Parts: sequence; structure tokens; C-alpha cells
Amino acid sequence: MDVPILKQGDFLIATIQAALTDADLLQLRTGLVQKVVSCRARGVIVDVTSLDVMDSFASRTLREVAQMIRLRGAETVIVGIQPEVAFAMVQLGLKLEDVATALDLEEGLAHLSQRSASGA
Amino acid sequence: MKDLRVVENEIHVPINSDQDIVAARQKGRSLATALGFSSGDATLIATAISELARNIVTYAKSGEIQITVINGSNRQGIQLVAHDEGPGISDIPQALRDGFSTSGSLGLGLPGVKRLVDEFEVVSAEKSGTTVTAKKWKP
Repeated sequence: MDVPILKQGDFLIATIQAALTDADLLQLRTGLVQKVVSCRARGVIVDVTSLDVMDSFASRTLREVAQMIRLRGAETVIVGIQPEVAFAMVQLGLKLEDVATALDLEEGLAHLSQRSASGA
Repeated sequence: MKDLRVVENEIHVPINSDQDIVAARQKGRSLATALGFSSGDATLIATAISELARNIVTYAKSGEIQITVINGSNRQGIQLVAHDEGPGISDIPQALRDGFSTSGSLGLGLPGVKRLVDEFEVVSAEKSGTTVTAKKWKP
């Protein structure tokens, strides 16, 4: 299951549309990091609204994405974590430490634009 | 017998690859939803299956997950049995402590799964595989 990565201005938007295998997640990680470089993107949004399970591997991979992209000088925002998924993540002990999160795509874009405008 | 259970429904999912992890958790969610679990509890069950199946792929390469409907005295639930014939766990109390992992992963596997369910048991011995049994009851 390929995750499409769209470019919108200085930002990239990856919308996860179906359940992802570990291999799909790793491919998303590689794809995003490469595209941040090739597009000189300043921010990345990963929309996980349709993910019904965020297990330890998915959570670790998304954290790695954010760390790698930060090393490129860009910021990542994870948007759309469902309430049930958030509950299960906390019970499981998973943390998305140091990764920005936002309610939905709109708030994620607002967060990145604000950060971009303040020259961070 | 005090706790008589009648098996109504049982799904076996062979676990050999990361694709099977997704298949197992989707089957578990469908069964939980069909049984009347809330969406939140179905998510907990699906997440637990994902972690148990992941342990099989990571440590034992292959195994099986059984998802069974169980009947208690006045309630229904789902039992997950994750079985493999992999290297086994030599120190179960250590594996159940938060923050312990031998594969460099987050090390939250078993204690995390234990928090997602109501009953949890690990049977394992070195070189003879691992069986994890987890139960989640409908409130």
C-alpha cells in the first residue's frame, strides 16, 4: 500500500489511506526523507486519520521520520490520531516524544505556516 | 468446573510476515466488533494482536495467533493465543518488566500488551517456544 506524498507550497503532505505493513511504513519513511530533500520542503504532515491501529512499530517509525526530517531542517506534524488509537497508544506505553501533533490537516498546516512565518 | 467456557468461534491466523500482522489484527477487530465490543475496546484488542504478532515475526519468525470467542459465567470475551516455537523466553519476569527488550526495540512489548487486556499469561521455556494468552472481557 503506497502512501501518496503531495507537495503544497513549502510543505509535503502524506495521507495514509489504509492499514500499512511494516514494509509500507519503512517505504513511507524513505520516501518522505527523500522528497524533503528533492523538494526542499520546510515541513511535512503525516495524516494518520484512517489508521485504526498505531502499534509500537508504527509509532517508532513515525518518530524516526520526524527525527530524520528535523536533521534536514524541516518539521514534521502528525495529524489525525483517532481518540481510540490515542487511548490504546497510552495504555501500550507509546509516546511520540518530540514530535508535533495536531488535530487535523488544517491545524497541522496552520502549525507549520506559523513556524515558517516566525523564521524558525 | 467453576469457569466453564464454550467455544463459539475461533480464528487461526498463521503469522509469517509483516503482512500477516495486519491480517491478524483486522480479523481480531472484526470479531470484536461482531461480538459487540465498543470501538475503543476493539482498538485495544487489535493493538494487542498487532504487538503479539510482531513478537512472533521478530523473535520466532513464524507462529500462529488464535482468536477465540469465550463465554464466562455471565459475560463474553475474546481470547488471544499467540503461539510460536521460537527461541523462547528464558526470564519471563524480566520480559514483563517495562523497558526490557533483547531486540533493541522499544522494549514495551509484553508489559504494554498486558495493560491492554484483562487477563494475561506467558508460558515459555528456552528453545521450546512461547505461548502468550490474553483475554479481554466485554464490560
